Amino acid sequence: MTATVPGAADAVAPGAAPAGGLAAHQVCVAYGGQRVLDRVDLHVAPGETVGLRGPSGSGKSTLARVLALLHAPDSGHVTIDGEPLGGVRHRLPAQLRTRVAILFQSPRAATDPRLSLADVIAEPLRATGTPREQAAARTAELADLVGLTPDLLTRRPHAVSDGQLQRACLARALVHRPDYLLCDEATAMLDASTQAHVAAVVTDYQRRQGAGVLVITHDPALMKRWATRVVDLPAA
Amino acid sequence: MTTTALPAGTALTSPLLAVDGLTVRFRLRDAVVHAVTDLSLTLRPGELLAVVGESGCGKSVLAHALLGLLPGNATVTGRARLHAPGRREADLIGAGERHLARHVRGRGVGLVPQSPATALTPVRTGRRLLEETLRAHGHTRRDAPAAAVRIAADVGFDPADLDRYPHEMSGGMAQRLATALALAPDPPVLLADEPTTGLDRPLVDHTLDLLRRRCDTGAAVLLITHDLAAARRVADTVAVMYASRIVEHRPAEALFDDPAHPYTAGLLDALPDRAFVPVPGHPPRLTDLPGGCAFAPRCARATDACGTLPRLAADGTGRVACHHPLREEAPA
Ligand SMILES: Nc1ncnc2c1ncn2[C@@H]1O[C@H](COP(=O)(O)OP(=O)(O)OP(=O)(O)O)[C@@H](O)[C@H]1O
Ligand code: SF4
Ligand SMILES: [Mg+2]
Repeated sequence: MTATVPGAADAVAPGAAPAGGLAAHQVCVAYGGQRVLDRVDLHVAPGETVGLRGPSGSGKSTLARVLALLHAPDSGHVTIDGEPLGGVRHRLPAQLRTRVAILFQSPRAATDPRLSLADVIAEPLRATGTPREQAAARTAELADLVGLTPDLLTRRPHAVSDGQLQRACLARALVHRPDYLLCDEATAMLDASTQAHVAAVVTDYQRRQGAGVLVITHDPALMKRWATRVVDLPAA
Repeated sequence: MTTTALPAGTALTSPLLAVDGLTVRFRLRDAVVHAVTDLSLTLRPGELLAVVGESGCGKSVLAHALLGLLPGNATVTGRARLHAPGRREADLIGAGERHLARHVRGRGVGLVPQSPATALTPVRTGRRLLEETLRAHGHTRRDAPAAAVRIAADVGFDPADLDRYPHEMSGGMAQRLATALALAPDPPVLLADEPTTGLDRPLVDHTLDLLRRRCDTGAAVLLITHDLAAARRVADTVAVMYASRIVEHRPAEALFDDPAHPYTAGLLDALPDRAFVPVPGHPPRLTDLPGGCAFAPRCARATDACGTLPRLAADGTGRVACHHPLREEAPA
């Protein structure tokens, strides 16, 4: 893994503001008339791990989805390195889309049950046309990084535990070396050792890559240990 | 929750659930997964047993095996006798699908599944799911709606949100709905698989208190949890699983303050309010377990003796499977 911020960034946003980062500006989201996010600002700078805290239903996951461009806000917008990002994720050019990755709480809901774990990890590479051999090498490298033994890689999701599947989802999230990684309760269903391991893998990646990380967790002890800065999201 | 109450005298004698030598294997194309091996435990009326252990060690498979919910490539052996009050004793292993569906699942043994967001039927609202469950378990068309509201409130699910579909719920809401669905038939034994995942602190405490109160009325709960602090707070006893086997089992306080198995100690050290260091190395492949102690490759105390399988043997306060336990006690 290279230790530099990838050059793709420059190609996309040549005149980007020097103050880099992934940011939400005055974001509003309502579900069926019920406002969940009301003019929310949030900034994640490269190299920092921001902890996002708030009561259940306060919209933490919604905000993470907005930042990952999986949910278009009703008003407000998202910027990367000062560059506004319009529209939804799948319409964006690949170099831009792959700069932000998200890891969810429930890996079952986030994976295609027909794919082997190796394919779960490699799928984003296929989508961007990475040659097969290169994709296989990258998959093996990531599987090793997240602690998945080769025998697990040929299995489908129903034949592995939730924790093993979450490791595969982490590998998948890192596959394009994102500049920003959003972890939405990503370790909530993991045992203490796997949680400590996942947090260590993310932190190590973040340091080497200079990536910005957003961590959502209800666990105060974990928040204290993992985040370098904590932001509170008030109840909706 | 009154139907599960037992006369005080019976509490210590007959377990509600007695699992003996439970073993589960999964056949894969070119390998066999050892998911649960020779597992024995009892659940007594009023007991809250927490099962903890690293991801993939077999906790959920244990719960699914007891309910006959495993896929077709599973082979289950051993016994699991359910002795619910007022009902005939039944062995859950090898019981027919019909018997399990009519007498065991929900009614005799409830399950709060892990990942409820995917387990909930997506085309029904929370209210319909809950009312249907209640009516399948003896509530009338007339009293089911009020009971649904009451049970929702019990688990901290705002009844005003009952008309949402599962995909319109946050992870935490789906979790609480799944708990409500499992509690609705008031089963004497409840298997709760990570029931507090995704809940914030107040809701975690609320759910744990609810489980604790169930036990205080004579029901039994097997709580599968990654949350060791939660286990410590509500469990009477804790079983630690490693690579398909129970490696340590004792009262909660003794286990947390003075663990005997090196793996238990490692798991506790991984907590963010302790060392936050993962247990070194990776869990073994369950398709290719070593002949001796499965923890040996990761264990600082391993010696040649560990090449033979340590027996799960009684010590002063519980059971431990280790040749060189961290606490020395006179065998019971
Ligand atoms: N598709 C949807 N339709 C309607 N309501 C929704 C939808 N998705 C989320 N919500 C609601 O929006 C609110 C915020 O959801 P979100 O998942 O962002 O909360 P959260 O802070 O992560 O909650 P939790 O900690 O319980 O998971 C919740 O009340 C939720 O039910
Ligand atoms: S039996 Fe040996 S290897 Fe296994 S936990 Fe005990 S000391 Fe460690
Ligand atoms: Mg959430």
